[in-house]
Amino acid sequence: MRLLVLCAVPLVTALIVLGAPAFRGRRVPVGLLVTVAAAHLALVASLWTVPAPPALGGWLAADSLGLTVLTLTSVLFLVTAIYIVGHVRLDAPRSGRLFAGCLLAFLAAASVVSLAHHLAMLWVGMEATTLSVAPLVFLRRDRRSLEATWKYLVVSSVGIALALLGTFFLASAQGGLGHPLLLPDLIADAHELHPAWLRAAFLFLLVGFGTKMGLAPMHTWKPDTYGEAPSLVGGLMAGALTSCAFLGIARVTEVVAAAGLGSFAQPVLIAFGLVSLLVAATFIIGQGDVKRLLAYSSVEHMGLLVLGLGLGGVGTYGSMLHLVNNGLAKGWVFLVTGNIVLATGSATAVRNRGLVRTVPASAVLLVLGLFAVTGSPPFGLFTSEFTILRAAIDGGHPWIAALLLLTLAIIFVGMAALILRVTLGEPPAGTGPVRESPWLVAGPVALAAVVLLLGVYIPGPLQDVLTRAAVALGGRGP
Amino acid sequence: MQNTAQVVLLLVVLTDLAILGTSRLSSCIRGLATQGLLLGLLPVLIAPQLSVHAVSLAVGTVAVKAVALPWFLAWAIREAAVRREVEPLIGFIASQLLGALALALAFAIASRLPLPAAQQPLLVPVSLATLMIGFIVLTTRRKALTQVVGYLILENGVYLFGLTQTESVPFLIELGVLLDIFVGVFIMGIVVFHINREFDSLDATRLTELTD
Repeated sequence: MRLLVLCAVPLVTALIVLGAPAFRGRRVPVGLLVTVAAAHLALVASLWTVPAPPALGGWLAADSLGLTVLTLTSVLFLVTAIYIVGHVRLDAPRSGRLFAGCLLAFLAAASVVSLAHHLAMLWVGMEATTLSVAPLVFLRRDRRSLEATWKYLVVSSVGIALALLGTFFLASAQGGLGHPLLLPDLIADAHELHPAWLRAAFLFLLVGFGTKMGLAPMHTWKPDTYGEAPSLVGGLMAGALTSCAFLGIARVTEVVAAAGLGSFAQPVLIAFGLVSLLVAATFIIGQGDVKRLLAYSSVEHMGLLVLGLGLGGVGTYGSMLHLVNNGLAKGWVFLVTGNIVLATGSATAVRNRGLVRTVPASAVLLVLGLFAVTGSPPFGLFTSEFTILRAAIDGGHPWIAALLLLTLAIIFVGMAALILRVTLGEPPAGTGPVRESPWLVAGPVALAAVVLLLGVYIPGPLQDVLTRAAVALGGRGP
Repeated sequence: MQNTAQVVLLLVVLTDLAILGTSRLSSCIRGLATQGLLLGLLPVLIAPQLSVHAVSLAVGTVAVKAVALPWFLAWAIREAAVRREVEPLIGFIASQLLGALALALAFAIASRLPLPAAQQPLLVPVSLATLMIGFIVLTTRRKALTQVVGYLILENGVYLFGLTQTESVPFLIELGVLLDIFVGVFIMGIVVFHINREFDSLDATRLTELTD
């Protein structure tokens, strides 16, 4: 029942906001957004203490993998909703109804993806996330955001069509065994699945959902979309939406691992991971726009997620931990970048200098974010990246470990170059300090605190859930 | 019924090739509508016996793929006052040759796939061919609107493959898939409309402001 409510409440609210005449005009119903977000998070929190039975005949269930993604999405959504309260006072979208409605629809779709145990339902939810986010990318209605929206729609739609084909392949692999496309049945009958179809399904789902995740070389939409979308939308996409897409890949990996075909899947995952790291390292050097920089950083982190999954063993646990860390850190840096855009009108190095004088709090948070995102201690991403590195060394892949260290070093240098350039130095003449509203700083600070905490201490229940997820994916705990 | 299904599947291939060869947007969309209608017939033709599931899938498919989407695309052309030519990046003969190549490849791949014997033998090769031809249209046409047509052909290819699994995919899910595609094309249509207004053309190759 609770699982159904988690999906239905945001969906129904979204439909009301989009349809009811009371919500016409520019005004964004911020109170409603925050209320729904808080209620959603409270309900998700209750799943941690009192597990909910599966709903809809087993189609919806909260296992450790789904619960991790759901909690991450819910936390990011609440932080973003609170941020919006401050944001709309300075920069209101042209249509408040479309803005709030699409955000709520995204929450509903992401909840469906996280809880879906029927793989076709997972696909429907995944496509709905694309569709709910596209109008948000197009919020400014100018040429550049138009181009970004178009690229995003076309590339993701092709990707998601391939994922649908992969889902049908999985049904072919099942060939009438158990309930079709129901995850527990797929895993239980894994050894009797037709291996050729299962392999084809894995590849198509990896490429399809990998496009939505932004793995290289299917990442082409990402810099444009994150660069043009409002920063808070970028944060939700880089933190929550990509995690949902990773969940899609993780689901089929679960089945493949249960079928004993891990040796087929692992090299493919490792290859996509390394290519993503290399592409990110290449394009991060000399980048002149903070948002595009963060987009390539997201390509890097998506690469790390599939790399950890491909390395197996403790790397799988590293991936799960990294999923949480990366999601929270991306929300943090994107919201801070949003503050900078609010203050100076741009996120490019050409227009920004000496931010530490104009927006001191945001500038400090951005520099701290730089260290967190590049995996420096004591932040959580250090722990998870180190775990993935350890898996590479333990698994007897010294070359992968070396390449990983090299790309991480290049990425650190590239990111630091841009971020220090915009934060330090003298601000352009005639720019004084800009007041930063507490609404706009509170969210990033809260996320930063959690990322820092996760670097020092991982709470027991979280570690249990992540370990169980890692075991389901064919790996092991720390 | 099985023979009729085979004829319908061959007609689907013909519409694929016709869309590849046509130079006018309106005939492209007419081809797409025809294909949607053919796809709508298939669930009834290949079902072992007439069921509520097959009929409702057929009705839903015709409503979305043969009526709503082509109508909406035609509306977008009219409202945005798009020039009526297709403007391919490669010639029509070349694209039809590519289409023929895709067809041969599709049959070659399908013959190697482990398929259940009872199935309609043409379904999988036609599905793969439609998929690839959709991809060709998507990548070799300049106009944003023709790219939408390409995406829909690709999606039709996936739909055809899905027909091998009609018993196993519940109706609710099929409804969700159709709804997603409908909303997707609707949003694409709106974006196309704005592209035309902002850039005075639907030429997607002009979308090049965002680079590194």
